[in-house]
Amino acid sequence: MDIRYIYLIPFIPLAVFLLLGLNYKRIKPSVSGYIGVFGLLVSTVLSYYTAYQYFFVPGKVNGVYKPIIDRHVWMNFTDTLSIDMGLYIDAISVMMLVVVSTISLMVHIYSRGYMKGDGGYTKFFAFLSLFTFSMFGLVLSTNLFQIYIFWELVGVSSFLLIGYYYTKPSAIAAAKKAFIVTRFADLGFLIGILIMGYYTGTFDFETLNNPEGSSILNWASTSFMGLSVITWGLLLIFVGGAGKSAMMPFHIWLPDAMEGPTPVSALIHAATMVVAGVYLVARLFPMFYFVEEGFALSIVAYVGGISSLFAAVIAITQTDIKRVLAFSTMSQLGYMMMALGVSGYDGLEGVGYMASMFHLFTHAMFKALLFLGAGSVIHAVHSNYLKDMGGLRKNLPITNITFLIAALAIAGIPPFAGFWSKDEILVAAFENNQLLYYIGVFVAGLTAFYMFRIYFGIFWGKEKQYDHPPHESPASMTVPLMILGVLSVVVGFIPFSEFVTPDGKGFEAHLNYPLAAIAVTVGIIGIVLAWVFYKKENNLADTYAKRFGVFYKWAYHKFYFDEIYLFITKKILFNGVAASVALFDKKVVDGTMNQIGNKTVFTSEKIKGIQSGKLQDYALAFVGGVVVLVMIFIYFWTE
Amino acid sequence: MIAGISIYEILTLTTLLFFIGVYGFITRKNLISILISVELIMNASVVNFVIINKYLYPDALQGVIFSIFIIAVAAAETALAIAIIINLYRQIGSVEVDATETMKY
Repeated sequence: MDIRYIYLIPFIPLAVFLLLGLNYKRIKPSVSGYIGVFGLLVSTVLSYYTAYQYFFVPGKVNGVYKPIIDRHVWMNFTDTLSIDMGLYIDAISVMMLVVVSTISLMVHIYSRGYMKGDGGYTKFFAFLSLFTFSMFGLVLSTNLFQIYIFWELVGVSSFLLIGYYYTKPSAIAAAKKAFIVTRFADLGFLIGILIMGYYTGTFDFETLNNPEGSSILNWASTSFMGLSVITWGLLLIFVGGAGKSAMMPFHIWLPDAMEGPTPVSALIHAATMVVAGVYLVARLFPMFYFVEEGFALSIVAYVGGISSLFAAVIAITQTDIKRVLAFSTMSQLGYMMMALGVSGYDGLEGVGYMASMFHLFTHAMFKALLFLGAGSVIHAVHSNYLKDMGGLRKNLPITNITFLIAALAIAGIPPFAGFWSKDEILVAAFENNQLLYYIGVFVAGLTAFYMFRIYFGIFWGKEKQYDHPPHESPASMTVPLMILGVLSVVVGFIPFSEFVTPDGKGFEAHLNYPLAAIAVTVGIIGIVLAWVFYKKENNLADTYAKRFGVFYKWAYHKFYFDEIYLFITKKILFNGVAASVALFDKKVVDGTMNQIGNKTVFTSEKIKGIQSGKLQDYALAFVGGVVVLVMIFIYFWTE
Repeated sequence: MIAGISIYEILTLTTLLFFIGVYGFITRKNLISILISVELIMNASVVNFVIINKYLYPDALQGVIFSIFIIAVAAAETALAIAIIINLYRQIGSVEVDATETMKY
């Protein structure tokens, strides 16, 4: 199968980026929107074609979906160690192509309405295209270094888009925060890559992930502090993934990233870029699973589980709807990580891996829908805050229904998409780690609760005073909402386990009825509680918030994570370490150099009279020198 | 060969002549005086050439020939130097060394 046409998928958005970015003063906004949408439409069609080709045309070879790889050596270090550039087509990269292209296309269409009249309209589309290019490149990477390059590129485009409203100080601060925090985590990623390259002699995913390959079989050859170096490498790579996927304790950038335009939040900070960390762990899944009996993988599971619980608790207390959604995203990403962490490798054991990818897929659809719906609401009432919204169901009928679908999907109510994937995750957790299972069920309830809290808060309750009556968004915004709404219902019925499994063989998944019943019940309890608390304006919520007292306050302040970070950076690092180092630099290092310079200047001031420029002075010196030399010769040159 | 006068007296004389020239070269402020001092130094060396030739190697002629060359070169050099000094005088109206210092900058 000739797969070279797949290169077009990332390169079309790149071409659009260059076209729009270089001519952004010259191209009219009305045209640039169409260019962006059209370019992405081609990529989307190609992505779907690729998915069809991969899964159905060659299909399984000997019952296994084999990766199809096209690589070109870029930098050669040794016979085995080289950095390649190329395409890696397997089940998860094809799935990610579909996710990224679908969501990106919807966001492009939506942005044509949402960003209308904005001064940087063309620039916005250029950045979106840059991001889409980077994300395609990331999912198609053949080796760790290529993925790292695109990893940083998505980080840059995320930075550009968070800081899109660059006249707002908070947006600039958020952009910097996102960039610095993820950069910091990426340092771990880079060190992990180098450890991998040094100890296994390759960066290539195919070689690394081969269960019979030397890099997996020889993991125990070198150890460091009681763990295999390969485990350390994997953990450091996971640090990078945790930074991008906003796992604790690197999550602080994600809520602030909501300063960007809402379509950006939907595309980057909900559906695609933030799942890069999950994708990375899934990409190296055989290594995580086999090296040191899955020690690194169990860390992944616990980090994911704790992050999901932590974020869900915070999400209940937030008043900015985009921040609620941001914490919800973090919580769901934790779910995916947890599912990967409890997964096995062979056959039915791989249900966690499958469930994680399935949840990634469905979550992308309904979380993008939630964000776009929130954008539509914000567009109508010009505020992000829940207190400014209420009773909007009559004014925004389409947004209301699609938002409800997405909320039901994320709450895990059948037959919506989230139910199917969440059920698989809980099954995987139940079979492998009971503690994580209970966390998962509890988080499912919390998810339903906070999601319906904002749903009722926005669309029901008392009508608020608006500056002008809210009206439904234009068709360019509601059409993507409707498409995503339909997708949020139907994607749950895709038989994912047939296609995406760690060993590529596929299996038939069955609903586990008792567990599904528990999950659905918990979800419904959450919804009912939200109904009681928030359907009508009442004091119940405040009363309970008071009853929780300190705990509520902690959650409202996001458990003071930002404050802890600020304390560590400002008080300890800046004032303590950096200030003393700066003092040393100023006084000792610079001081030495300054003194050398000053002394030189001082001395030369003193002796510069010698160079008078007068010939006679020189002649005197010359004659005097000769006389001295002659005297030396006469008195000391005795045979 | 001058009867009654050994080489030492004459060499003493030329040494004196040489150092008078050096002294003049270093201390005089007038360009013409400096030129004259240079001539004194040259004359001292010319006399040395001739004397050493005559007293130590009476059969050879190189010293004498060299002295003729030096005289010719000195004449040419003097002509050149005088030309420069005259031009300088036309430019700045002075032949003092201190007045030529503007060329430093």
